[in-house]
Amino acid sequence: MTSGNGVLVRVENVEKVFRRGSEEIRVLSGLSLEVPQGEFLALMGPSGSGKTTLLNLIGGLDRATQGAVHVGNERIDTMSDRQRAAWRARHVGLVFQFYNLLPVLSAERNVELPLLLTPLSKSERRAHVETALKIVGLSHRQRHSPRTLSGGEQQRVGIARAIVTDPTLLLCDEPTGDLDRMAGDEILGLLQALKHEHGKTIIMVTHDPHASARATRTVYLNKGRLTSEKPE
Amino acid sequence: MTNWLTQLASITLFNLRTVGERKGSALAAAVGISGVVAVFVGVLSIAEGFRAAMTISGPDDVALVLRNGADGEMTSVLSREEVRLIGTAPGVARAPDGPLASAEPFVMINLPKRSTGTDANVPLRGVEKAAAAVRGDLRVIEGRMFELGRNEIVAGAGAARSFAGLDVGHKLRVGQNDWDLVGIFSGGGGAAESEIWTDAAVLQPAYHRGESFQSVFARLTSADAFDAFRDAVTTNPQLKVKAFRHGEFLAEQSTMLTGFIRGFGIFIASLMALGALFGALNTMYSAVAARTREIATLRALGFGAGPVIGSVLLESLVLALVGGAAGAAAAYAAFDGFQAATMNWQTFSQVAFSFAVTPKLLATAVIWAVTIGFLGGLFPAIRAARQPIAVSLRET
Amino acid sequence: MKYFYLVWSNMKRRKLRTSLTLLSVFVAFLLFGLLCTIKEAFTAGVSMAGADRLVVRHKVSLIMNLPVSYGTRIEQIPGVAQAVHWTWFNGIYQNEPKNFFGSFSVDPERFFSIHPEYVIPDDQKRAWLSTRTGAAVGRTLAVRFGWKIGDRIPLTSPIWPRKGDGAWEFDIVSVYDGAQRNTDTSGFFFRYDYFDEGRAYGEGLVGWYMVRVTDADRVTEVAKAIDAAFANSPHETKTESEGAFAQGFVQQVGNIGAILIAILSAVFFTILLVTGNTIAQSVRERTEEIGVLKALGFSNVLVLALVLAESSIIATLGGFAGLGLAWFISLGGSPIPAVLPVFYLPAQNIVIGVVLVLGLGILTGILPALRAMHLQIAVALRRHA
Repeated sequence: MTSGNGVLVRVENVEKVFRRGSEEIRVLSGLSLEVPQGEFLALMGPSGSGKTTLLNLIGGLDRATQGAVHVGNERIDTMSDRQRAAWRARHVGLVFQFYNLLPVLSAERNVELPLLLTPLSKSERRAHVETALKIVGLSHRQRHSPRTLSGGEQQRVGIARAIVTDPTLLLCDEPTGDLDRMAGDEILGLLQALKHEHGKTIIMVTHDPHASARATRTVYLNKGRLTSEKPE
Repeated sequence: MTNWLTQLASITLFNLRTVGERKGSALAAAVGISGVVAVFVGVLSIAEGFRAAMTISGPDDVALVLRNGADGEMTSVLSREEVRLIGTAPGVARAPDGPLASAEPFVMINLPKRSTGTDANVPLRGVEKAAAAVRGDLRVIEGRMFELGRNEIVAGAGAARSFAGLDVGHKLRVGQNDWDLVGIFSGGGGAAESEIWTDAAVLQPAYHRGESFQSVFARLTSADAFDAFRDAVTTNPQLKVKAFRHGEFLAEQSTMLTGFIRGFGIFIASLMALGALFGALNTMYSAVAARTREIATLRALGFGAGPVIGSVLLESLVLALVGGAAGAAAAYAAFDGFQAATMNWQTFSQVAFSFAVTPKLLATAVIWAVTIGFLGGLFPAIRAARQPIAVSLRET
Repeated sequence: MKYFYLVWSNMKRRKLRTSLTLLSVFVAFLLFGLLCTIKEAFTAGVSMAGADRLVVRHKVSLIMNLPVSYGTRIEQIPGVAQAVHWTWFNGIYQNEPKNFFGSFSVDPERFFSIHPEYVIPDDQKRAWLSTRTGAAVGRTLAVRFGWKIGDRIPLTSPIWPRKGDGAWEFDIVSVYDGAQRNTDTSGFFFRYDYFDEGRAYGEGLVGWYMVRVTDADRVTEVAKAIDAAFANSPHETKTESEGAFAQGFVQQVGNIGAILIAILSAVFFTILLVTGNTIAQSVRERTEEIGVLKALGFSNVLVLALVLAESSIIATLGGFAGLGLAWFISLGGSPIPAVLPVFYLPAQNIVIGVVLVLGLGILTGILPALRAMHLQIAVALRRHA
């Protein structure tokens, strides 16, 4: 999945402009970034700096107005919607600040969702779901509805969902933003374990220095541009 | 009490602000109710119009005599002698030239309907000189009355509207006979307007009736004279007849059809009302669900459960009234006065009538709408008041 | 099918709302089924009409009578296979107008051969031919009054009084059935010879003739020939195909079809609005979730399909239940056999109902589905940010 020199994600000179009526809002301008395979990268910056937008572009959730996004051997920004959806299902795991679990589904059904897009059989899907839940330590709660789970537990279900298709890239948008210190630490530990034990590449958007401290590298965004690679 | 009302008013106003967000479901519920009202009014206005046509020209002092055992004019037979005896019975008003009574033979002919081109039955009635005076409210509105002894006919306004060829000056060939249509008459919108009239003495030979008639219409000296008249003719051993007030008779002749249409209309409207009720419930439940936190906040602040329930009910009632009024207005505009004709199974002939959207009908329809609105709001309102405040405050 | 539980779970999200919507659809289709049944009840005569049959009646109106001698003369006209006379009796049972049913005096020899839609066992037919006072009654009528073969039924007739003024007495010798679902079996038929001999006046007169032609394609020609044969006679005739005759009757009642269609249109329009609104609302509430599904890789088309599946399931469950209940009710027979003897839901209306159900499913879901399909992920997920 990597290109020759071990770089998984290469963002080249991307620009993202949002149009609201006649107004133009430039969220990212001329931004370039390389993320090597296996890195746990933290993206930090004030709100409105474009961190989530950058994450969305890397994950193919949105299209850059200008520039290129490469993940592995593939160029994401020129793919059609359908191609990107299929690509994402196979290669990317997403973790959200507010978990974004479907409340009508049980924990295990939530985790199973990405697998529905694969040709796996029912029993194969079940096996993957159990593995994922075991990794995050929630096997005993798999039948529960998200409403009955604590914040930390819901996020772990979210992470299980993100890894159930065994993607190489995990994108996390403020994963500890809604959790207290203890639960947040658990999540961060889990992410670190996923990097160290399973070799996942993780890009995490956060505004919490405690969270970014757990990452291997931190970059800073301000007004749509990378400002420096070292904390000030 | 004023405190309660103030609370109610403020919550309701508060709710109205958010109607815009829910305009989809509000519209759906209102349209559902207006649909129910429109169909209810539309179908029942047929029954009302039909009944009106059948009963209008039935003043209390006009009596109708038929043979005993006949269920209508078509199956009744009276001889000349019987007819003469009836004319001399007590209670019959008299004019200088004789009793105000008209012995009438009656046949059914087929003419093509203007609307469909296919044949339908229309009564051809032979009347005697006093007929117009007996009926009371007959007026020639076009042309002139027929002359006795000639093959001339006049058509009721309703019949003229429904059937092709019933125009003044037109010659009608029916069977072996030719008739000249010389005039059109109106009878206050009643049953006579669906008929064609001619001289009884000309009709009888044309249809080989000899000296027999079907019925006798008699004008009584007063409405109270009916009982004496009826007793006299029914107890006379030379007569085997029965007597009715004309109005009662007409009403009875239309009961089957009127009853059927009414029953049909109510049945359809009931089912629709059920559907509309579900729609209204849906709307109000989502209205309540959408504002769970707001309602809980109000109650946490001290607003009573009563005003909360009241505000939801009020909102539902307003929706229902708006929908109901719209439906009623649409039905009135579309249906009132719409002219139609149908076959009365009891008399087997066409009756021309106009759809009648009566005030009573509209009032009933509005009551239906309000009931749907009330029920549609009641259960959601109770649910709104029952939700535990603490839980609801947290809900997004 | 693996996506089914996803759709199903969404429907269970707000059980009350889904149930109420289902019930609305159910009511709409119940109405549809019942109104189709009623329409068929009115127009059954038209669909039941034989393609090779004509009705010959007095030109002035059906009320006037024709001579019984016309029968032989009609049969001599080329193209005519058989002519059978009917006469309206207007029989009243137990002196109660509410007991109304159609009673007729007919030519017994040929009656059943010209009406193959009335099915009678041979032994009953023989009994009828050998019993002067015999009457053949339809199954629906027999069931209504609990009549059996062997019962003696007295009827009075205001238009055809009996010599001596007593009631006419008939013996039931046969109960006939209908060959098809929509055959009217509410008739009471008795023999002309008994009738003609016993009536106080009107010997030799009959009401109208039912004529069977040898070649159904020549129906119009033969009709014209019959009328020409009696033109300028004291009893001129009007001959038309049985279908046209029945249609004329229906049209005398009025444009029932138009009224029913108007009502159904109002009903469907309302249902469309109510159901469509519910689906749209539920999709709107799930904007974020749809964004998540798309983020996870569900394609736009798949999302569209999921919404359409939801609206289709609601329409199908409610619609089929409504149609089913209507059909079941129609099986119970007519609530007013005197007025509408035939009462069933024709197969072709069921097919139309099914098409409407599917159409409803798609129409109510299409706009919300398109909206979901075009939802941009970043926008959908941004709601909380």
